[in-house]
Amino acid sequence: MWTAFLTVIRREVLLAYRRRADVLTTFFFFLMVSTLFPLGVGPERELLRTMAPGVLWVAALLAAMLSLGRLFALDHADGTLEQLLLTPEPLTVIVAGKVFAHWLVSGLPLVLLAPVLAFQFDLSLDAIQVLALSLLLGTPVLSLIGAIGAALTLGLRGGGVLVALLVLPLYIPVLIFGAGAVGAQSSGLGSSAHLQLLAGVLLAAIVLAPWATGAALRVSLD
Amino acid sequence: MSTGQVYIDERAPVAGAARAGQGHVLWQYASPQRFYALAGRLVPWFMAPALLLTLLGLYVGFFVAPTDHQQGEAYRIIFVHVPAAWLSMVIYLAMAFWAGLGWVLNTRLSSMMARALAPTGALFTFLALWTGALWGKPTWGTWWVWDARLTSELILLFLYIGFMALQAGIDDPRRGDKAGALLALVGVINVPIIYFSVQWWSTLHQGASISFKAAPTMASTMLIGMLLCSLGLWAYAIGIALMRLRCIVLERERGTDWVQRLPEVQRLLPAEVASAKKEST
Repeated sequence: MWTAFLTVIRREVLLAYRRRADVLTTFFFFLMVSTLFPLGVGPERELLRTMAPGVLWVAALLAAMLSLGRLFALDHADGTLEQLLLTPEPLTVIVAGKVFAHWLVSGLPLVLLAPVLAFQFDLSLDAIQVLALSLLLGTPVLSLIGAIGAALTLGLRGGGVLVALLVLPLYIPVLIFGAGAVGAQSSGLGSSAHLQLLAGVLLAAIVLAPWATGAALRVSLD
Repeated sequence: MSTGQVYIDERAPVAGAARAGQGHVLWQYASPQRFYALAGRLVPWFMAPALLLTLLGLYVGFFVAPTDHQQGEAYRIIFVHVPAAWLSMVIYLAMAFWAGLGWVLNTRLSSMMARALAPTGALFTFLALWTGALWGKPTWGTWWVWDARLTSELILLFLYIGFMALQAGIDDPRRGDKAGALLALVGVINVPIIYFSVQWWSTLHQGASISFKAAPTMASTMLIGMLLCSLGLWAYAIGIALMRLRCIVLERERGTDWVQRLPEVQRLLPAEVASAKKEST
């Protein structure tokens, strides 16, 4: 089971490396959206500092949603997904491997880039720390929940918009706790409550989401 | 285990099969054809009480209940707002239940019921949000606030819309049924969040005035008006869902003989085709 998990991760990362453009477009999307907000709102520092956690979190959310199309669609198109569903390995393990690899390739770069972008918004150092930690806890949840949406809409006409419609309501609590953590830190209330709730959501998602995604894949492929 | 004994039921056509006619008579209503007829008979029994109870409840709410000493006359919108909010949550739970049942037991009528409930649930959620905004403006001074209860009710509206959008986007009806069931079940977690939000967070929205444990903290005429409106709108929701279910059954089962022979379907066919079909049946 462990071997299957690692093999899936290795395959996904290798494929993502061979198609670097797919991965980098998400990364640059995050960068550009985060740059658009200060340009639109104006350079006043106090305003930017208050806006920063929300803006960076929403940009991460949108970038995560855009990258979901890559999760299952390519494998579905060439028949690999059916083979994965037929293997004797538990589907939950295979899905968990795919989602983890997706996070490594799409989510982790956002976590690493966000502190750098936070300097554009003039966030204080401890707020940046909390932002990085909240994104570290939150982006895996985005990948896990997004996988359910991606599996449900496999091969449908609606495209990315339908996934967005399904997945955004489920993302909202993650956004609230993630951005709220940084806001609480900046206002002196302490971010531990928000971060602990976020960690709880992450643990629940790790346990439940691969199972739900596997069920969704079976529904979509039957 | 002894090797010689094999249980053979002579009354079963195939060895090991269930015996015909041994199930409870109510199971017949799991068939779309049977339930279509039953629903047609039930609809007036829900819609007439719905009209009466809602009108009665609104009468009590607008003319009989006293003026609130804090909020004045503006509070009277609760006679629509609270029943709509309750129903938005109850209908979501019912929708998730029927969709889940249809997925697990592979009964298509259950999934059709979930499809029938979704638009009504979305309507009540929208109504709750809208009437809540109308109430919030005079009492809190704002149309909207991002507190836990309002945000989670808004998420509920998005979940309903997502459910309908997903099923609309899938051509194969059975795949749509199962996908919708999964989505509805994933979203069920939102309903307890809405319900307990006023306990778990300090919100602008007021806490529960009616609970099973303590006496209600409002005047009895207000309570009666609200309960009458709740029962009336609940009856309406069931009635309209049954009506919508009949339409969905006709659409899904349109290839079957029994649908083609229905008078309401015959009426819609051009005269020559209808008479030709009548000759052949």
